[in-house]
Amino acid sequence: MKRLRAWFLAPTWVTMLALFAAPLLIICAYSLETRGVYGGVSLPWTIESYQRLADPIYLAILWRSFWIAGISTVLCLLLGFPLALFISRSGRRKHLYLSLVILPFWTSFLVRTYAWMFLLRDTGLINAALQALGLIHDPIPLLYNDGAVILGLVYGYLPFTVLPLYATLERLDSSLIEAAADLGARPLTVLGRVIVPLCAPAIRAGAILVFIPCLGTYLTSDLLGGGKSVMIGNLIQNQFTTARDWPFGSAISLTLMAMVLALLIAFVRRDREGLL
Amino acid sequence: MDAVLELRDVSKHYPEHRAVNGVSLSLARGEFFSLLGPSGCGKTTTLRLIAGFEEPTRGEIRLNGCAIHHLKPYQRNVSTVFQNYALFPHLTVRQNVEFGLRRRAENHMAQKVGEVLDLVRLTGKEARYPSGISGGERQRVALARSLVLAPDLLLLDEPLSALDPNLRKEVRAELKAIQRRVGITFLFVTHDQEEALAMSDRLGVMNAGALEQVGKPEEVYLRPQTRFVAAFLGALNWIQGVGVRPEATRISKRASQGCPATVEQSTFLGNCVRVAVRLSNGELATAEISRLEESFAPGDQVNLSWRPEDELRFE
Amino acid sequence: MNRPGRTLSIYAIAVYLFLHLPLLILATFSFNATRLSVWQGFSLHWYSAAFQSSELVEAAWNSLLIAIAATLVSTFIGTLCAYGLWKRASTWLSDSLYLSLVTPEIVTGISLLAFYQWIFRFLRLPLGMHTVILAHISFSVAYVVIVVMARLRTLDAQLEEAALDLGANEWQAFRHVTLPVIFPAVAAAALLAFTVSFDDYVITSLVAGVDSETLPMAIYAIARRGVNPEVNAISAIIVVGLGVLILVSERLRAS
Repeated sequence: MKRLRAWFLAPTWVTMLALFAAPLLIICAYSLETRGVYGGVSLPWTIESYQRLADPIYLAILWRSFWIAGISTVLCLLLGFPLALFISRSGRRKHLYLSLVILPFWTSFLVRTYAWMFLLRDTGLINAALQALGLIHDPIPLLYNDGAVILGLVYGYLPFTVLPLYATLERLDSSLIEAAADLGARPLTVLGRVIVPLCAPAIRAGAILVFIPCLGTYLTSDLLGGGKSVMIGNLIQNQFTTARDWPFGSAISLTLMAMVLALLIAFVRRDREGLL
Repeated sequence: MDAVLELRDVSKHYPEHRAVNGVSLSLARGEFFSLLGPSGCGKTTTLRLIAGFEEPTRGEIRLNGCAIHHLKPYQRNVSTVFQNYALFPHLTVRQNVEFGLRRRAENHMAQKVGEVLDLVRLTGKEARYPSGISGGERQRVALARSLVLAPDLLLLDEPLSALDPNLRKEVRAELKAIQRRVGITFLFVTHDQEEALAMSDRLGVMNAGALEQVGKPEEVYLRPQTRFVAAFLGALNWIQGVGVRPEATRISKRASQGCPATVEQSTFLGNCVRVAVRLSNGELATAEISRLEESFAPGDQVNLSWRPEDELRFE
Repeated sequence: MNRPGRTLSIYAIAVYLFLHLPLLILATFSFNATRLSVWQGFSLHWYSAAFQSSELVEAAWNSLLIAIAATLVSTFIGTLCAYGLWKRASTWLSDSLYLSLVTPEIVTGISLLAFYQWIFRFLRLPLGMHTVILAHISFSVAYVVIVVMARLRTLDAQLEEAALDLGANEWQAFRHVTLPVIFPAVAAAALLAFTVSFDDYVITSLVAGVDSETLPMAIYAIARRGVNPEVNAISAIIVVGLGVLILVSERLRAS
């Protein structure tokens, strides 16, 4: 049995080592090297790339990434909670409503982001409608700013807060709520003092599930932010294409990974055992 | 004894507890043997050790004289009927029963399958899937699946406990009849003492990993060797330092000798009357008497007595 | 507490509209006669233009090939892995699979690019379909493992014991009992892996060669140039296509 199991796990081990661990090790090395004359990397070893991160320009990008990811997370939680509450109280139609939340997520992320481009651009539907209604004269620049990026992120990651919150709300012991109501608490008080605190682990889980992908997002900030809303992901991509500064790009990548790992270690206990 | 199975001082130790502790046992060829005990006593673990799903920490297991405790389940000529039957849901009844035969690439499969399905009275249901037959029928498929391989020993892990109570007595008789017909040694694990007493040629009572007594049903019931065995196989009164079964306890308002007690309650059970009394030391006892004897009301002062040969004493 | 109140219901409707209207509008305007954002009449013009665009058709073909290849391999590897982990956990492997899921795509992409460039110093190969397929395999495996593991956890462990008891060895028990029983979940995992692979942009764009442009890459290029209703048409097809796959996958998982 042990032999069979070893054979079964071997292909995945090889895949993970060759296509996940090795690449990361390589960019670890690159982050400590110097930019080559024609792009790529060359010796000598140096920590200059990491030191460059302290430059105000790059710190501003880091800060913007945290800020955008943070607001998106908060919005996802605020918008997701009432929806999860609605679904958990919907009796027979629970699964239908849940699918309606999840299904869009699994269809193309690119297409969904493009949909907002279509709606928000100067000649897009929203501006056209507002102009037709006579509310505005010239189109409002809805696209290519931080707001558009936040909108795109919330749109894309809302299901990630709805799912864990729904799971907790569904399993909530209704007798606790009834007891609170019996003791004279009004519905809003019950919500604030009983339900929300009981959802704390789900809120934590949802926050992490949204914050981390938002922090490292590339596509949303690229398409909806244009060049105006540069986040960490865009910065990294730039180093490996136009700027051809691989050591710097590697350094930023590893810094991002470090932040992600720190968040995971701090906030995710071993309850991710549910997944793998 | 022509021993089919021999357990010699078998133990299974886990880090936290000893599931089986030094069990020694011999099973005669063709006998129906029950392993009886409360949940957690180690009877299922013993079964799993014999089947090969666990390896003993110590001791030997021999089948027809050959040591099997280091062999894998598929290398032992032992078959198991699981408590929840473990029928393969993606195969039909026929395919389930054929499964073991296919692994051995045996000849005359269709004939053997037909015969065993006939034995368990499932002819006509070969093409059904496990989800399309009743619980009792599923149990028979599990039985057929194992019997068709003609094992030296058949292990049954509480096979009746998943059935409807009304069905159990009927299936009990069927199981016993099948065993007599095929002549295979059955090792039957259960926590229900009525089942064990009714079906077995011999039975063994287990408690906390150890085998406390082995013997024929009447022997173990009438002459239990420990207090646990006595109490597990039937109700037991403990009067003046001596054990007496309720059906052997005599009760009378008129007698002058015996153990004094006060009646607490008298319950009519149909075929007998159960009188609960409180002894002078405060403990409770029960007497089971025929409904034609004197009647008793709460508060009556009575005397309990019994025949000396009905006394149960333990070390 | 058993029925949602009126405010909650109105709110829910608003959120569902927020979630679904953008795609519905996109799809609707794929049938628009002109490229303006004002409805000018129904037309299938953009659909035929999309199908005639050699760029889009070739890209779609590439995406399909890559997704099929990556799906087959990752489903095979992932199913075996899930089975192995089910028998006995391996923290190292589970942790690395989890990490591969959580790593930002841009980091996965550039690290693979760096890896390939480093290897190609010795192997003299260019970036192309093969590099994309390998990349897709690497990030799909985790998804397959999750889906198949979830199914294995609800499997009656005694089924395999019964198989062993009846004379099958460990491999036969897996092949004749466990695998057939969990097959719907394996199929569901494959559909999921296909969806994830077909839709990937970030990683693919970094490791694809000149002649292995995928559909997301083509859409991205066109979208960057400005809005083009051909993209609306293609998008509508993709959404419906992937949506159907995911629905089937969910049905298989539930059965």
